[in-house]
Amino acid sequence: MVDLLLQNILNALQWGSFYALIALGYTLVYGVLLLINFAHGDIFMVGAYIGFFVANFLLGAYAFKLPTALSPPLVFALTIVATMALTALVGVTLERVAYRPLRRRGAPRLYVVITALMCGLLLENGNLALLGASRRSFPTLIPATVYDVGGVLVTNVKLLVILATILVFFFLETVVRKTKLGMAMRAVSYDRMAVPLMGIPVDRVIVFTFILGSSMAALGGVLFASAYPVLEPYMGALIGWKAFIAAVIGGIGEIRGAFVGGFLLGFVEIFVAALFPSTLRDLIAFSTLLVFLSFRPTGIFGVARATKI
Amino acid sequence: MAVLVCAPGVWAVDTIKIGFNIPLTGDIPKVGEGSKYAAEILLAEVNGAGGIKVGDKTYMLQFIYEDNESKAESATAAALKLITQDQVLAVIGPQASKQAIPAGEVCNSYKTPMISPWSTNPQTTTDRPYVFRACFLDPFQGPVAAKFASEEFQAKKAAVLYDIASDYPMGLAQYFKEAFEKIHGPGSVVAFETFTTKDRDFSAQLTNIVKSGADVLFTPQYYDEVPLIVKQAHQLGWKKPIMGSDSWGSAELMKLCGDDCKGLFFTTHYAAAGAKGATKEFIDKYNAKYGYVPDDVAALTWDAIRLLIQAIQNTGGLTGNLDKDREKVKNALAQIKDFDGITGKMTFTPEGDPIKCAVVVKISDTGEFEFFKSVCP
Repeated sequence: MVDLLLQNILNALQWGSFYALIALGYTLVYGVLLLINFAHGDIFMVGAYIGFFVANFLLGAYAFKLPTALSPPLVFALTIVATMALTALVGVTLERVAYRPLRRRGAPRLYVVITALMCGLLLENGNLALLGASRRSFPTLIPATVYDVGGVLVTNVKLLVILATILVFFFLETVVRKTKLGMAMRAVSYDRMAVPLMGIPVDRVIVFTFILGSSMAALGGVLFASAYPVLEPYMGALIGWKAFIAAVIGGIGEIRGAFVGGFLLGFVEIFVAALFPSTLRDLIAFSTLLVFLSFRPTGIFGVARATKI
Repeated sequence: MAVLVCAPGVWAVDTIKIGFNIPLTGDIPKVGEGSKYAAEILLAEVNGAGGIKVGDKTYMLQFIYEDNESKAESATAAALKLITQDQVLAVIGPQASKQAIPAGEVCNSYKTPMISPWSTNPQTTTDRPYVFRACFLDPFQGPVAAKFASEEFQAKKAAVLYDIASDYPMGLAQYFKEAFEKIHGPGSVVAFETFTTKDRDFSAQLTNIVKSGADVLFTPQYYDEVPLIVKQAHQLGWKKPIMGSDSWGSAELMKLCGDDCKGLFFTTHYAAAGAKGATKEFIDKYNAKYGYVPDDVAALTWDAIRLLIQAIQNTGGLTGNLDKDREKVKNALAQIKDFDGITGKMTFTPEGDPIKCAVVVKISDTGEFEFFKSVCP
């Protein structure tokens, strides 16, 4: 009985990690811009796909090869770094092409949100058109080793996912609370009109926010593809929506909120699936969250309206 | 103007239009691809040989492919478009039961013959005189799998994991459970776990299954979910046999699954490795043109089209009036006996279901689908 509980806690930690990593992107952008970047779930999908191509390139699957063969752990590390950089580029491009012109012209926030929704659909369907509907299998970079600890089974991938998410949490908390850039982000969030008067380059802060959010989504994408190695163009849609809900539950605009919300949703989903028929899973999960929100509409860490991030 | 309006009409006289309602995008695009490729080969062959002779007239074939995105609602829309707008004589597809059941309703109410090559759920043809299929049924497949698991693995307890939001896995899971409990007594299916379409994480359900003490895991899922289920099961400590159904038999399965699927079994319609005669001819033609061994969907689509052509020829002549011709083709289809298809001999029951054998396939160590056993009704 205890091992069943522990096993499901581990399962939930892994599943919640992905929600947490994606929720983070929503929260960062919302914190700084008060914009819900609905394209973010698809950035996660783009990250997984870029990771797929980078990994295959490093493994020498294409005509253009590296001169030497690399060891799989090195390939994995390089894949993560390169994917985070490339996906950040996609995120920044999106900001440049879609969001910044609207912001410059002072378009109401509703229009920006709709633009974001559109961008997400563009990424999905662009992928479908370019790469086709066939599923892709993510190469095994870290061969799964199963450890048996008193009847509770855990793989190295699972440990890596959970550990990476916890590290990301501490990294971001430090960036936002302890660095000058974090201070600038909080300042932009507090008053976007007054901040340029202090000599803070608002656009650069916003670009940096997108870089942070997109690269974390990319990390999530590569880890997700390592744990669930079947890629498809729509893989980011549903998980993106749910991560957004997780961010709201945690209190959108708050980094701790994104992580707590993500893990909370992971726990609710896994435990409902373990105890009830799975048809009830989303129903129970989201009813609970709805009830929770009606008591605390700003989420766990949310404050009615104050400085966020 | 009159010429413009008349011209297609005149031209249409010696063409037979057949519609294809298949998933070219969506969850199972490889299924649509295989169906289309098989159809293209047959089309080139028939038209290359000068068309088909019906009565004393020769007709060319024209195939119209409509994408149903592997969604139920798109399948009904596709069926409607093919019947009313494209004015096809008959429809081939949809492949999966989830789309074939609603599309069958449309075809039946518009009195248009439809042959689903791959849908094994009984509802597809029940009480629908215009709807046929080219494969066996789940009430037959479920017991075959249950019996095989009991005999081959000496399984006394079984676990099932299936998608509750999709007609095909849900139906088959229930037939398997019924059959297994008939052999080993009530309660012998110790875990009957479900998930919902698009789920990627099955760890909670698989944890329950591993702890349930079952001897075999039966999972009648499509090829894009099987790799995830099998890998996660192994990572959660499942070392016993895993068994699947005909939805596993895609050319893409081993590409996605790799080593984890080797040594597993599934029931299906045909086995490519070790095929003989017309079946081998088809496999070679397909492989030469498209570079991979066709899966069961491709073979069944081939049979479904040939069945339809046979029925059209058996009508003894078309009138040119679409409603009358559709009626004639339907009657001819219902009377087909001992049709020699590449997936086996078929004779139709009054429900429009063929009586034919099932094959149990073992995935070999090289990742090939090897013939293991044949089970006939």
